[in-house]
Amino acid sequence: MIEQWLKNAFLELQEYLRLCLAFARGVVTRPFYHRDVIEQFDAIGVGSLTVVLLTGMFTGMVLALQSGVTLDQFGARSMVGRLVSASMVKELGPVLTALMVAGRVASGIAAELGSMVVTDQINALRALGTDPVRKLVVPRILAGILMVPVLTVVADSIGMLGGAIITVWQLRVARSVYWNSVVEALYIEDVWMGIIKPFFLGFVIVSIGCHVGLRTRGGTQGVGRATTNAVVAASVAVLAVDFFLTKLMFVMWY
Amino acid sequence: MERAPQSPTPSAEYDAPVTLEDAFGPGAPVVVFDRVSLAFDDKVVLEDISFTLILGHTKIFLGASGAGKSTILKLILGLLRPDAGVIWVNGERVDQLREDELMKVRADLGMVFQEGALFDSLTVRENVGYKLFEETDLPLAQVNRRVEEVLGFVGLAEYIDRMPSELSGGQRRRVAIARAMAAKPRIVLYDEPTTGLDPITSITIDEEIIKLRDLENVSSIVVTHQLRDAFYIATHTAVRENGRIRVLPADPKKEKQAEFIMLKEARVVFEGNAAELSASSDTYLRTFLG
Repeated sequence: MIEQWLKNAFLELQEYLRLCLAFARGVVTRPFYHRDVIEQFDAIGVGSLTVVLLTGMFTGMVLALQSGVTLDQFGARSMVGRLVSASMVKELGPVLTALMVAGRVASGIAAELGSMVVTDQINALRALGTDPVRKLVVPRILAGILMVPVLTVVADSIGMLGGAIITVWQLRVARSVYWNSVVEALYIEDVWMGIIKPFFLGFVIVSIGCHVGLRTRGGTQGVGRATTNAVVAASVAVLAVDFFLTKLMFVMWY
Repeated sequence: MERAPQSPTPSAEYDAPVTLEDAFGPGAPVVVFDRVSLAFDDKVVLEDISFTLILGHTKIFLGASGAGKSTILKLILGLLRPDAGVIWVNGERVDQLREDELMKVRADLGMVFQEGALFDSLTVRENVGYKLFEETDLPLAQVNRRVEEVLGFVGLAEYIDRMPSELSGGQRRRVAIARAMAAKPRIVLYDEPTTGLDPITSITIDEEIIKLRDLENVSSIVVTHQLRDAFYIATHTAVRENGRIRVLPADPKKEKQAEFIMLKEARVVFEGNAAELSASSDTYLRTFLG
C-alpha cells in the first residue's frame, strides 16, 4: 500500500519534471506559437484582473481596519500605512494573487487540457504533427510567469488604495500621513521580494495545472477530479514555494 | 513480408525522392510490423504481430473490443512504443525515433480518430486546415483553397464556418476525414470510423474512405468491428466518370488489394482477403461473422 503510494508519487514527480524540461526546451527552440502566447497573456492576465482587483481592494481595506483597531491601543493609528504596505508588498499581495490565479487559472487549464486528453484531441494534435507541450503548455506557462507579477503589482497598488480609503474615511487619518507612512515602510529589498516571488509562483501554478490536465484519465469524471486536484495542488504549492523563497531571500538579503 | 523496407534517407550523392513511388517503386511496403509485442503492466495488448501494408492498398483490422486494434494505429503514429519488434513507416523506424523526429513521419500520415476528435474550440475551417495553418508556411489563400477543396470532397462545403458542436455525428466524422486528408498524406489511418452511426451515414463514411483510397491513391488502415462496413470498403471501388464520382463493386483484382486481419486476444488469427474471410471455416471467425 505505502510502496504503491510512494511509487505513484515518484512517478508524478518524474512526469512533472519531464514536463518542466520539455517546457524549457520549448522556450528556446522552434517551433514557437506566438499567437497562442498572446492569447494566453490575455486569458491569464487580463482575464484574472477583476478577481485580483477585488481581492487586493478588500484585503487592503480589511488590513487597515484590523490594524487600525490594534494600533489605536498604542496610540499609533498613523502607522496603519506602514503595516498595510509592508504586508501587501511582501506577503499578502503575492500570495493572495497567486491563490486567486491558482483557483481561476489552474482549474481552467486542468479542465481544458483534461477534456482534450479524454476526447483524444491531444493525440489528434500529435498525429497532426504538433507537439502539445509547445502548442499548449509553453504559451500558458510563459503567460503565468509574466502575468502573475503584473497582477501582483496591481493587487499591491489597489490594496494600498483600499487601505487608504478605510484609513482616511473611517480611521480619520490624514491622507498625506497615510501615504508617507506607506512609502516609509517600503525598503527596496521588500519590493524586490514582492516582485521576484510571483515569477516563481506563476510558474508553479500554471505548470501544475498543465501537468494535472495532461495526466487526466477516466472520462468526464476524471476531468472533474483533475480540476479539483489542480486547484488543491497549486494552492498548497503556492504556500510552500512562498515559504521557501521567503526563507531563501531572508538568508540572501537580510 | 513482400519486400525488405529500405530507408529513403537522402545522402550527398542521392537526390531526395519526390514521391513514395520514386522512393520504393509500385508495390512497395509503406507500413511494416515485424513481430511487434506490447503489454500494459500484466495485460498483453499485442503479441507477435506482423503485417505489411502495400502502397495504395487497404488493411482492415477486425476483432472484439479490447483485442488491440486501436493500439496498432497508435504504434504506427508513434503515440505508443512497442516492447518488442520493429515498426517501419515510410522507411523510418518509428519504434526508435524521438518525438521531434516522429513529427516528420507524421507529416505523411493522416488519422481519423474514433468520434472524430475535432478541436471543439475551432471552426470546421480551422480544424480542417489546422496542419496547413500551423505547421506549414503556405499562404493563407492557398490554405483556404485547400480547405474548401477537401470539404467539397466530403460534401460539407457549406459547413465551413460551423463549430463542431453544431454538426451531427456523421458530419463530424466526415470533417475528421477532411482534416486527415488536407495535407495530402499518403497513408490514412481510421479508428472505428463508423461506430455509433446509423447504416446510411455509415455507408457515406465508407464511400469517403473508398474515394480517398482510389481517387487520391492513399494507403489505408481501417480498424473496425462493423463487418458490413469492412466488407463494403473491401469490395467497392471509386471511379470518376464525366467529372462525377461513382462508387461501384470492385473487380476481383481490386478486391485483393484489401486485406483483413482478425485479432483475437492480442494475436493475429486470420489474414486474407474478403473472399477468403467469407470462406473461412474457423469457429471464432464464423462466430464473429455471424
